Amino acid sequence: MVPVECFFVLSAILFFIGVFGFVTRRNLIAMLVSVELILNAVDINFAAFNRLLFPEGNEGFFFTLFSIGVSAAESAVAIAIILNVYRLFKSDSVEAIDNLKL
Amino acid sequence: MANIIVFAIIAVVIIAAALAAVFTKRIMRSVTALLFVLFAIAGLYFLLDYTFLGAAQLSIYAGGMTMIYIFAIQLLGRRDLQGYVEKLSFKRTVGAAIVSFIGCATVVGVMLKNFFIDKFMSVADSEVSMEKIGEALVGSEKYQYVLPFEFISLFLLACIIGGLVVSRNQKEDK
Repeated sequence: MVPVECFFVLSAILFFIGVFGFVTRRNLIAMLVSVELILNAVDINFAAFNRLLFPEGNEGFFFTLFSIGVSAAESAVAIAIILNVYRLFKSDSVEAIDNLKL
Repeated sequence: MANIIVFAIIAVVIIAAALAAVFTKRIMRSVTALLFVLFAIAGLYFLLDYTFLGAAQLSIYAGGMTMIYIFAIQLLGRRDLQGYVEKLSFKRTVGAAIVSFIGCATVVGVMLKNFFIDKFMSVADSEVSMEKIGEALVGSEKYQYVLPFEFISLFLLACIIGGLVVSRNQKEDK
């Protein structure tokens, strides 16, 4: 088996690549991509903790499963909002949105 | 040993594709790189013998969500996004690099210095059986998950309706 440390280091690196992207990018879709990277890093940790540190239980497995479902829903709503923002403001950069209402 | 080699390949793919997703300035390439990250993470679940989770990751994330992203990019206008090049401010990039480097070092330090890591045990290469997953998903005993399962179906329905309401063209109403 792969040592559990490898999974931790990998998911930490992936998480902070996502944080880096979320801070630097100013495009709404690029920021959403970074959020997906962060969520996936967390999912790796859930699965690795469950499998390698407590294989009798299945809690991490189901947490990952539900987290995948929730993030799919989240990204669908976020894409709908981005489409609407683009239609109203003719831009998809966060700097363009400075009012909640037109 | 074979496991470690496979893990190394997957890890290299994940990190390289994640860096590409964050650093490339064209939005379409960024989404494609995200697709590679998602595929590689599904491979990681297969490596951990969570085949059901890997299949869910492939079908929901890699199959469904990237499709939504690509549709959104195509819908947002040909001129604007497909060849869209973003300007990054140098100061913000350096600041974010420093912050994420420090954060990464802290998290890795905490993870590796912990004592629970010694409880790491070598498990036999056996899948979680499908019966076990099915029973846990629809059972209502302890450690069974029928309530979150039903909640998530309701939640997905709410998200579908919410997405439709939000993205509806409001000019037609008047």
